[in-house]
Amino acid sequence: MSVLDAKIPEGPIKEKWTNHKNNINVVNPANKRLIDVIVVGTGLAGGSAAASLAEMGYSVKAFAYQDSPRRAHSIAAQGGINAAKNYQNDGDSIYRLFYDTVKGGDYRSREANVYRLAEVSGNIIDQCVAQGVPFAREYGGLLDNRSFGGVLVSRTFYAKGQTGQQLLLGAYSAMNRQIGKGKIQMFSRHEMLDVVKVDGKARGIIARDLVTGKIERHSAHAVVIASGGYGNVFFLSTNAMGSNVTAAWKIHKKGAYFANPCYTQIHPTCIPRSGDHQSKLTLMSESLRNDGRIWVPNNLDDVKAIREGKLTPTAIPEESRDYYLERRYPAFGNLVPRDVASRAAKERCDAGFGVNGTGEAVYLDFKSAIQRYGKEKALVTGNHNPTDTEVLEYGEEVIKAKYGNLFQMYEKIVDQNPYKTPMMIYPAVHYTMGGIWVDYNLMTSIPGCYAAGEANFSEHGANRLGASALMQGLADGYFVLPYTIGDYLADEIRTGPIPTDTPEFDAAEKEVSDTLNKLINIKGTKSVDHFHKRLGKVMWNNVGMARNESGLKEAIKTIREIREEFWKDVRVPGTTQGLNTELEKAGRVADFLELGELFALDALDRNESCGGHFREESVELDGEQKGEAKRDDKNYKYVAAWEWTGDAGKSKLHKEKLEFNDIELKQRSYK
Amino acid sequence: MSTNKDMNLILKIWRQKDQKSSGKMVDYKVNGISPDSSFLEMMDVLNEGLISKGEEPVEFDHDCREGICGMCSLYINGEAHGPDRAVTTCQLHMRKFKDGETVTIEPWRAKAFPVLKDLKVDRSSFDRIQQAGGFISVNTSGNTQDANATPISKYNADKAMDAATCIGCGACVATCKNASAMLFVGAKVTQYSLLPQGQVERKERVLNMVKQMDLEGFGNCTNTGACEVECPKGISLENIAIMNREYLKASITKED
Ligand SMILES: Cc1cc2nc3c(=O)[nH]c(=O)nc-3n(C[C@H](O)[C@H](O)[C@H](O)COP(=O)(O)OP(=O)(O)OC[C@H]3O[C@@H](n4cnc5c(N)ncnc54)[C@H](O)[C@@H]3O)c2cc1C
Ligand code: SF4
Ligand code: FES
Repeated sequence: MSVLDAKIPEGPIKEKWTNHKNNINVVNPANKRLIDVIVVGTGLAGGSAAASLAEMGYSVKAFAYQDSPRRAHSIAAQGGINAAKNYQNDGDSIYRLFYDTVKGGDYRSREANVYRLAEVSGNIIDQCVAQGVPFAREYGGLLDNRSFGGVLVSRTFYAKGQTGQQLLLGAYSAMNRQIGKGKIQMFSRHEMLDVVKVDGKARGIIARDLVTGKIERHSAHAVVIASGGYGNVFFLSTNAMGSNVTAAWKIHKKGAYFANPCYTQIHPTCIPRSGDHQSKLTLMSESLRNDGRIWVPNNLDDVKAIREGKLTPTAIPEESRDYYLERRYPAFGNLVPRDVASRAAKERCDAGFGVNGTGEAVYLDFKSAIQRYGKEKALVTGNHNPTDTEVLEYGEEVIKAKYGNLFQMYEKIVDQNPYKTPMMIYPAVHYTMGGIWVDYNLMTSIPGCYAAGEANFSEHGANRLGASALMQGLADGYFVLPYTIGDYLADEIRTGPIPTDTPEFDAAEKEVSDTLNKLINIKGTKSVDHFHKRLGKVMWNNVGMARNESGLKEAIKTIREIREEFWKDVRVPGTTQGLNTELEKAGRVADFLELGELFALDALDRNESCGGHFREESVELDGEQKGEAKRDDKNYKYVAAWEWTGDAGKSKLHKEKLEFNDIELKQRSYK
Repeated sequence: MSTNKDMNLILKIWRQKDQKSSGKMVDYKVNGISPDSSFLEMMDVLNEGLISKGEEPVEFDHDCREGICGMCSLYINGEAHGPDRAVTTCQLHMRKFKDGETVTIEPWRAKAFPVLKDLKVDRSSFDRIQQAGGFISVNTSGNTQDANATPISKYNADKAMDAATCIGCGACVATCKNASAMLFVGAKVTQYSLLPQGQVERKERVLNMVKQMDLEGFGNCTNTGACEVECPKGISLENIAIMNREYLKASITKED
């Protein structure tokens, strides 16, 4: 047997989860009180897990680096959350959601996990409504849905453009109830800096109080890592400034395998970079592609004139525009999946057609939609002969009702009115499908250590569908982990409280303190951001939207060089005592500098194009699909799970073979 | 890339070593700021400069940098979140300032928000108010009733959503001369009072949250309306009126 046992239950796919739940061990309520669980992260995954575990009776300690659990980056999700409720009676079902997710992930996820996700999706919506989450409703008072990310049914629930915020506030309120009861102890402004293993099992963590600088020991019978995604390895991404890989990376270095690190989602509709001062990128919800048409000028003279400010996009006639998605993918047009839309934008910009100063922007134009909606609304309002101005006014009203807050956000950032002139967009790093390897129970390869939400590698394969991350985070935290963890904890009822004055805790604490002191004492010449930006540039240029062997090898070499220089020449001001943001950043960048290398190594190993991972060597050579991504099921139908061996570049690859019994493998085609 | 539109500014910034120390305003200069950069990106430039000179950078809170997490919290030229309307500090852009301008930057100031260092304050009092009653008591059982079993009028759902958009930033408190938290608490009370799920605990909730608010040392509301003006999410004063009504009703009719 391979070292990777996914522990997928026996039986038909539809019965696996129910049977498994019926067969796993449960801890009796009196004993749960005696069991401590640490949850690192209070986003959708960690927040929901902490609340549910506390409700069940476990003693929970939750950690977040922000000043309140409510500020985890889940708060920023705009678009919505999927669930197979079939409220719209458009033929949706658990199977269809399962199918769409596996296909969308380009057949690189585990069937059994995805099926379970689809199965519990409906419960999530019930739970959130019961908590008082104010989802959008129709006039009849029932829940509204929208279609999202190019799927054929309307299964996305939303709360204006702030779905993540409302779901997180729901989980936060459930946490608050348990904090009030003393069942959750909340440690805000705390960063987990290592996991502590005793006899091979996860038994606690070392955390730093970010206000006092004090290093603390916390013990538990199990540790859950729900620390979010690692997109910030690219420096610029839609993640929060503090989003990091540290918690995940520390457990990786203590024995948890890291799976598919190279699977990254680059989102096509983000506000372009405006200059070198840029610190992060802002997403414009994907829903905009339902109504916006994407184009660039079809001749370079117009591009030049635009960049010089001598021409405005609205002055360019239809015949001089290239609606390249509609041209290349007539069947799906502007609604092709994210990875396809992103690469197509890059292709046009690389060819010189980018429409802003940095050369990295394409237009997203609402003119046609405004016209179409305007005419419709005029008729509905009883105005059968509207003037052009009236049509525009009506149309803008409709667009405003749909996307008002997004348009306002765009205007604040770019200082242009998107009702009057096309938006500019460019792809940006948005989500990481890769993460800590977990089995069906969400346990990592360290016994007693679990991973949930974006931090694990699980259900999205090589590409995630829109509105499915929120679903996965809450599925993991509300409905999966609280049950599966019982199977492990049932054997812990006699363990008793875990002491922290042991050699294992001593050693882990010393390691953490030594690293912090080392960072402070380098007293080099360059700031942490300097190194982070350089790493980001290598990642974006060589390990970004399109990858090839020589570029990846060069990236590996350069990242190693940057890392060496970092440890010789970084300047971290202040001391390890008290609040020191630069020290926090330094620790995170140190981990990114190791992850970056493994990321490139993984991309190098996977000489196929699948989902968000595009290898220039692996494209269709002829036929209708010429130049499009080519998946290689014969050689790469596996999860790449990497084992740490002391040096990122020498990590050991373990392959978990994927089997597809309930879905037939097909090449994706959006032509 | 520097252009002739770039700006030079003088900054007057509150520096305070830690919670126990007393602080003071310190002057800094920043040059070559792009009008397209955000206020916090300007602060990044300042800090990079300080680090390269071997000085300690200015500590300030921020995370999402897109106006939703509620972490950023600067009091700029005498206004919470600065001169622009309906934005958080992180969404404020430098084009709102003039070349050569002097900009004053202070932390939120309120008894219930003690300064931790420089411009970072402790807002855990907000969390404790929520822990006192800002929830609906429902367990995660997996057999909660179907989400569509109880229709909710679109009007009430939309109004609940408007109240629920509060990001917990604390600008309302920082801007109020009494440091009152009524807008923040009112928003949560209103959200639940509009939803059928919130009815059972309706009275207890408002009483407990208000009690905790007072315990934390927030001031009274004297209806100046300053909070509504500075609130980045447009939470309206109506939420305070609703809360007052809920509180009154609950105090009179509370069953013991
Ligand atoms: C701008 C944006 C828009 C999105 N829109 C959508 C959408 O519409 N639909 C959808 O389905 N998905 C969307 N996503 C994806 C989705 O929001 C995320 O994948 C998901 O919310 C992640 O949740 P999480 O709980 O795993 O992590 P997070 O919410 O990121 O939470 C991470 C938690 O871990 C804590 N933490 C991290 N490191 C440490 C450490 N070392 N020590 C202590 N604590 C730590 C943090 O404090 C935080 O509490 C979007 C993502 C972004 C960035
Ligand atoms: S009411 Fe407005 S100002 Fe006050 S905390 Fe909420 S969002 Fe911030
Ligand atoms: S940093 Fe999140 S709201 Fe400003």
